[in-house]
Amino acid sequence: MKKENWKELAIGTINLNAGNSVSNLTGTWRSGQKPEFIEKNCIHCFFCWLFCPHFAIRVEGDKVKGINYDYCTGCGLCSVECPTKEKSIIMVKEEFKLAEGRKS
Amino acid sequence: MKTMKPLNGNQTIAEAARQIDPDVIAAYPITPSTAIVESIAQFKADGLITGEFVCPESEHSAMSVCIGASSAGGRVMTATASQGLALMWEMLYIAAGLRLPIVAGIANRALSAPINIHGDHSDTMGARDSGWIHLYSENCQEAYDNFIQAFRIGEHLDVRTPVLVGLDGFIVSHSVEVIQVEDDAAVKKFLGEFQPVFPLLDTSRRITVGPIDFTDYYFEHKRSQIEGIENAPRVIEDVAKEFGRTFGRNYGFFEEYRMADAEVAIVVMSSAAGTCKDAIDELRTEGLKIGLLKPRVFRPFPHQKMAEALKKLRAVAVLDRSSSPGAFGAPLFTEIRSALYDYEKRPKIVNYVYGLGGRDIKVEHFKEVASKLTRIAETGKVEEMCGYLNLRE
Repeated sequence: MKKENWKELAIGTINLNAGNSVSNLTGTWRSGQKPEFIEKNCIHCFFCWLFCPHFAIRVEGDKVKGINYDYCTGCGLCSVECPTKEKSIIMVKEEFKLAEGRKS
Repeated sequence: MKTMKPLNGNQTIAEAARQIDPDVIAAYPITPSTAIVESIAQFKADGLITGEFVCPESEHSAMSVCIGASSAGGRVMTATASQGLALMWEMLYIAAGLRLPIVAGIANRALSAPINIHGDHSDTMGARDSGWIHLYSENCQEAYDNFIQAFRIGEHLDVRTPVLVGLDGFIVSHSVEVIQVEDDAAVKKFLGEFQPVFPLLDTSRRITVGPIDFTDYYFEHKRSQIEGIENAPRVIEDVAKEFGRTFGRNYGFFEEYRMADAEVAIVVMSSAAGTCKDAIDELRTEGLKIGLLKPRVFRPFPHQKMAEALKKLRAVAVLDRSSSPGAFGAPLFTEIRSALYDYEKRPKIVNYVYGLGGRDIKVEHFKEVASKLTRIAETGKVEEMCGYLNLRE
């Protein structure tokens, strides 16, 4: 993506392309672990969705459907907060590739 | 109707605010600018202004309200002084970085410690790198005139930068002068309609104001910000010309008093310039070729024009009503000395810090400076580059 020079920028740091943070795939920050969703244990309490700092819990209607790995940073908050006796989200080891970079 | 009115400095700012009637005024009262806020609150209570008046819990919040209101697309002002301006610090930079043409009336006052309520320039001089345009006023009339021009300067589409108008705490803020108050409609006409740029309240366009910038964009945005204040000199000049044509009082980047044939000069801003003029008149009758240069615009600093005005002199004394501890002289001095650097023929130059915490400066003190200037002009030697005036030593 070409970066504007200072003369091409809108004044006052205004970003005319509001909402462009969707192009920032924070999933590239994951390093070593990722959450795995175990649907049969899930009670759909939405704690994981509430606590996820990157809106990376996939939801359809009133059901939790899994993880959006494009944005999941692997922080593990969802797994810690999951209240079910048998965890519905567990952290598993993930091999990461060095310097894959953003996809956009 | 155009009238002569007895008003003190604070009331002149409030009177201008009533005439301008900004969309939002957000301010927190602090000595010696309290009466600006108090008068505006009274105007609001009396139904004389239609804009919103917000009195938040601190100056930091007052400037934050101004930033929000200005981003929303309104014409916005505030007033404060000293610790109040200091508490606004981080928001001052944000107002400038977001290119919001907020106007602030500042009754210049010393900063703690030790606590002091009287006039000096420590507050606004501390904000000299915040990105705001600085205008300074010698008296109530200038405060009124500068305040009106400040909106036109800051709001110009090439500038879009906040402007502060300094008037000396107590000396000007609390002294009554009979000033020319222009007709309400004429002031409104001079200002014109406010033109918002990227207003947040325009819901037809999705924008983000103040998003995070890392190493990839911060530098470019800062450079873009600097362009606004660098465009200001042309606009300051045009606005002053139009103001002169409309209201009959003329302004420049600085005022020159008896400078035409001067061999030595004193540079001093704000109220002390009035006393200095009396001192110069007396010294002139004694045959001393001395003049005064009174800066009005401090940011953007009119370095070239000022150097041109001073380069032919034999000796110059720059008087600062603030100190910059550890620096090579006080703020005004370092600017002027630096501005003269490229001139092969340039005057000897000295710096005196005066009037901190409201310490009086009298004709006799200017005469003391004049005698030192005379000696420097005669000998070509500077014994003490940075000194203090009217200090017990």
